[in-house]
Amino acid sequence: MSEAVTPQRNVVSRLWNDKETRSVIIQIIAIVLILGFFAYIIRNAMINLEAIGKGFSFKFLTQASSYDINQHFIEYNSRSSHFRAMLVGILNTILVAFCGIVLATILGFFLGVLRLSKNWLTSKLAYVYIEYVRNVPVLLHILLVYGLIVHSLPVPKQAWGLADTAFLTNRGLFSPKPLYEPLFWVVFALFVAAVIFSLWFRRYAQKVQDDTGYHYPVFWITVGAVIGLPGIAYFLLGSPITWEIPELKGFNYKGGMVIRPEFIALWIALSGYTAASIGEIVRSGIIAVNYGQTEAAAALGISRERTLNLVVIPQALRVIVPPLTSQYLNLTKNSSLAIAIGYMDIVATIGGISLNQTGREMECMSIVLILYLILSLLISAAMNWYNRSIKLVER
Amino acid sequence: MNEATNPNPSSEDYAVVIRDMHKWYGQFHVLKDINLLVTRGEKIVVCGPSGSGKSTMIRCINRLEEHQQGHIIVDGTELTNDLKNIEVVRREVGMVFQHFNLFPHLTVLENCTLAPIWVRKMPKLEAEGIAMQYLERVKIPDQANKYPGQLSGGQQQRVAIARSLCMKPRIMLFDEPTSALDPEMIKEVLDVMIELANEGMTMLCVTHEMGFAKTVADRVIFMDGGEIIEENNPAEFFENAQHERTKLFLSQILEH
Amino acid sequence: MSEKTYTPGEHPDLPPPANLIGPVAWIRKNLLSTPTNIVMTVLAIWFLYEVVPAAVNWLFLDAAFTGENRDDCRAQASGACWAFISERMKLFTYGFYPIEERWRVNISFLLLIAAIVPVLFDKVPFRKFGLYFSCAFPFIAAWLLLGGYGLTPVETDKFGGFMLTLVIGVTGIAFSLPIGILLALGRQSQLPIIRVFSVSFIEFIRGVPLITLLFVASTMLNYFLPAGVTFDLLLRVLIMVTLFASAYMAEVIRGGLQAIPKGQFEAADAMGLKYWPAMRLIVLPQALKISIPSIVNTFIGLYKDTTLVIIIGLLDPLGIGRASLADTKWTGLSNEVYLFVAIFFFISCFGMARYSLYLENKLQTDHKR
Repeated sequence: MSEAVTPQRNVVSRLWNDKETRSVIIQIIAIVLILGFFAYIIRNAMINLEAIGKGFSFKFLTQASSYDINQHFIEYNSRSSHFRAMLVGILNTILVAFCGIVLATILGFFLGVLRLSKNWLTSKLAYVYIEYVRNVPVLLHILLVYGLIVHSLPVPKQAWGLADTAFLTNRGLFSPKPLYEPLFWVVFALFVAAVIFSLWFRRYAQKVQDDTGYHYPVFWITVGAVIGLPGIAYFLLGSPITWEIPELKGFNYKGGMVIRPEFIALWIALSGYTAASIGEIVRSGIIAVNYGQTEAAAALGISRERTLNLVVIPQALRVIVPPLTSQYLNLTKNSSLAIAIGYMDIVATIGGISLNQTGREMECMSIVLILYLILSLLISAAMNWYNRSIKLVER
Repeated sequence: MNEATNPNPSSEDYAVVIRDMHKWYGQFHVLKDINLLVTRGEKIVVCGPSGSGKSTMIRCINRLEEHQQGHIIVDGTELTNDLKNIEVVRREVGMVFQHFNLFPHLTVLENCTLAPIWVRKMPKLEAEGIAMQYLERVKIPDQANKYPGQLSGGQQQRVAIARSLCMKPRIMLFDEPTSALDPEMIKEVLDVMIELANEGMTMLCVTHEMGFAKTVADRVIFMDGGEIIEENNPAEFFENAQHERTKLFLSQILEH
Repeated sequence: MSEKTYTPGEHPDLPPPANLIGPVAWIRKNLLSTPTNIVMTVLAIWFLYEVVPAAVNWLFLDAAFTGENRDDCRAQASGACWAFISERMKLFTYGFYPIEERWRVNISFLLLIAAIVPVLFDKVPFRKFGLYFSCAFPFIAAWLLLGGYGLTPVETDKFGGFMLTLVIGVTGIAFSLPIGILLALGRQSQLPIIRVFSVSFIEFIRGVPLITLLFVASTMLNYFLPAGVTFDLLLRVLIMVTLFASAYMAEVIRGGLQAIPKGQFEAADAMGLKYWPAMRLIVLPQALKISIPSIVNTFIGLYKDTTLVIIIGLLDPLGIGRASLADTKWTGLSNEVYLFVAIFFFISCFGMARYSLYLENKLQTDHKR
């Protein structure tokens, strides 16, 4: 039936030249190689571990860690387990990553706007800062800032005081610690209520605007509700917070809240470093919005601020968010450099001291790797969700 | 015309045989029961509204698209999953694209010699000689050492034709070769195609250039909704269309 | 202004009004155009006034350039103590590489320059031969630095200083590019298993910090080798740095691959080119060209990341500096050390960044031609 002249070839050649079978063959070879490789190294590991009498088990996590961690948000002492030490490390990583992301974003947008400023001098200053920061390794920034804090800030006896309530020293920033009285919770509840009200009010105002064209001063009403309402309540209830003010006792301050120099150094260095990249991202995002868009808005008689809010920023965000996500991820991963200055994060606790004390390299390193993978996944998931939401708003 | 008009060609005279061919994109039935016999030296123009499947059909002939049912036999070689057969067919079939698809990082000459050197395993000097010969035929030998980005659209398309001819193909496929061109450049490309047709090349051409169809084509095929609605010689096709959809289409494109 | 009239078609080109040109107009436009602008200018000048003189004093005017130890410096001047750096300069450059063999490091460095030039600039004479040499360079340098085959062998734990930075940086750069290309092609592959493998490898590496991978290299990589076989620490670090950079490289190249129009693949197919020739001749040259600026940026990142090796105990300049700080003679001079290393990195990274910018501009004109 077929007059197609298929040249006579042997079976192997026919199979190899069939598209489907060739793809199957290549994939089988690939999978055999990959699995073989893993089997080989796992077998090696098992033989090697057996030779030195080590197994692979996570039992050590319940043993006492017998080391101290100077910054912990949950109950922790040297008798706590390695598992608890790990939790402390995770919380410390999350804390510095979160604070770093917030500060880096603020600084970064600020830098981006400065770079685009019509003022030649400020734009050049921002440029110099960005170039310096981006071309020097982040580890060096961390060490430099830490060195500046430890060597250049005064010892506690000569602390820089802020109105005798907060003190900046080379041992950290000592600030008053709030002690909440029961009535404070009323103020707090009012604050929460005000936030919920503002969220609702924004929608309501939008609806009124859509229906009638009337513009509420949304911004001022929101500010009044969120700040004013709890503020008034605070004073009416007779200031239900007392402050524990740190005092100099011996060579150091006691009481109050202390932010350690390791945290400050890491926080400032990571934020400053990431802010430079974010600044460039913001700048290119705003430039990417076609100049014609601004002109079109101006031609329609929309004011400069409104143009920024309604036309430029929504479009710029679409360009900015994906690279911003990777900057957030970078900051989180760079926070692992904490170990260089002794800030007790994931790597320094479970991947550092716990590892050295128990000799459980395999177990500790797999825990660390998995924790970072989870953190990275969570951040990308959050940013993907945000990215989708601004895309939807746009259409 | 020549031997292409032979009323009863024997089976080895067919350049392309398409029999009961179907194609789907996922759930979407793009090509429905296509049957087409192309004799050697025949010139066929395929036309139809956009989305009618005409480009897809022509791209099946050198297997840029896979068909899921039926048979396609090109120059005696059936197109199946057999990669050797696909290679054989692609060596014998040249294609010219709507957007030229010249390689921007290579000079005009390198564009033309690439396939002869790497597919036909021809020595470089010989390939360059052949390339210059074809560049002369499309009347741009002086541009041989320029990059595609430096040429006008019409020149680029002529280079694309020369590039295909350098492989000495037996069949040429044209996928809307003039629709991406500015009006004043269409003629220079069509002239090259007409010359090629007069030399007896087997050609399948998707185009809306009805003037070209009238002067060159042995047969005009009208497609719509993935089916071949009507086929006829140009005189009959334009003067005496049988099908309502053909008439509607012709009235729309001939109006202006 | 003269209100001269001209007959239509006779109007000559006139100079612009005087208040639109000249330095005064420039200052008015760029520094003082609006009240906010004035405030910003004032703030910026105040900032410069506060910072620049202090910095210049500390760095140069009040700095001590000679001295035996820290107290010597402090006695001379209140600023930086550069005597420390100059005393340790050899250590910063060569690490603990044997003194009588340091000519090998110098030659490798000169060869490195010779190997880089043909890669960077396309108008070099004999570029083709130069490129062959560039490919061979990592192996020649490895022989020179490690020794053997006629040269005295040198253990890798003697490597240090800027030389170590260059060794790690150049190895990472040279090997991450080809691996990155393969991974990027794998990620675009039509074969699901290849794709899944590439994606999981890339995403795993990009999901964890380099420092954890270096810890893996230093603590557990040897477990995975057959009993009795060990890699020395530098080799393990080189493997990890290369794999790390390849994952990022793969993503950059994937961006380039995605920018290639589908028509290019189709044209290559229609000509009868098979997969690898099509990739090598048509797709990769274009994809790599588009992604060169991002590739250079990845290189800069890799180069900066070489500093992390100090955490597992290798002595790059930063490590040498930190070790030197432990010397009681020079204790407390961390600012000088860090600043010195920072300047070194700044110069090399800024240079690379400028080069990438130059390429980007060149690329844009290339596209227009």
